[in-house]
Amino acid sequence: MGGVRFSVIVVAGLVFLAPASPAAALDGAALAAENCAGCHDFSGPAPATFQGVLERRAPDLFYAGSKFNRPWLVEWLQAPTLIRRAGVMFLNNIVNEDGRDRIREASVMPCPAKLGAGEAEAVADYLMTLEDPAMAVGVVDPERDFKARKALRMFTKQLPCIGCHRIRFRKKEMGGISGPDLANAGARLNPDWIYARIENPQYWDPKTWMPRIEMSHRKREMLALFLAAMK
Amino acid sequence: MTKSATVLAGLIGVLAIAAGFAPARAAPAEENYRLYCVQCHGTLGNGEGINQTSGGLAVSPRNHANAKQMSELSDDHLRQAITGGGDAVDSSELMPAWGKTLTAEEIDELVLYLRELCRCEASRQ
Repeated sequence: MGGVRFSVIVVAGLVFLAPASPAAALDGAALAAENCAGCHDFSGPAPATFQGVLERRAPDLFYAGSKFNRPWLVEWLQAPTLIRRAGVMFLNNIVNEDGRDRIREASVMPCPAKLGAGEAEAVADYLMTLEDPAMAVGVVDPERDFKARKALRMFTKQLPCIGCHRIRFRKKEMGGISGPDLANAGARLNPDWIYARIENPQYWDPKTWMPRIEMSHRKREMLALFLAAMK
Repeated sequence: MTKSATVLAGLIGVLAIAAGFAPARAAPAEENYRLYCVQCHGTLGNGEGINQTSGGLAVSPRNHANAKQMSELSDDHLRQAITGGGDAVDSSELMPAWGKTLTAEEIDELVLYLRELCRCEASRQ
């Protein structure tokens, strides 16, 4: 009993001595409303019409907690980089010159909100609460071995993924730009969400231009592991 | 509206439908083409979409504006290519299978839209 009392005192002392977390003092939801809600949707559902897709200004965040890895969010919120080279909706940023489409210069910019470290922690905490309760978790074990060469062949040759997504494999960059850049997908995305997104893109975004393609669990898992290893 | 104006409006509507410009059919196919196909096949349908011009594609997308090439493909071939992807018609796997994303009706409409883009008919079915 005395031991228990001593432990309680020690734990209480540690809590007292621990530096106050800056995130604890900040309201992540309020910061997100102030800095992010002008462009991002926090409540859903995703647009179900072509016009709605054209009008979307930034990626939906109402399932951010299922989609992202928190450490990446904290870092990115302090120094946002460009993830979609063709913008959130490529059709809004295309110019045609001499019969060839390209993305209009300066029409695609990274997110302008740059948060302080404490703010980023608080907003990341809030975003991680926005989970999709129906998404299966624990499906992909990122520690599991997979054959990288075989997965690369699937991504680039047997399936059309490389046509729209840029990746980096052994220092070589390759791929299209109408989908998000996946060169650091492993740092950014939860492997279970990668799996779920490949399984049914339209569940997350009814009018996404990513096709739903039937494949076995094993192949989908291998793709998820391949992308989760990209950091 | 006078009786003659009503008759005129009705006549224009009938002519528009007969000419194949019924908006109920053309609009969704054009939207679907823009949403799903333009990223590779381009805003002009000539195969020069952003994924091609950015160097992302190892195989060039088909030029849907090329009447000579497109007329060599049957409507059924086009339907199979959209539904099952390039692999279904012995072409590049970079062309995705859209059969689980679009309905059969939407794919039929896209085939008709491709014929508008190439301004051609299939030379054989």
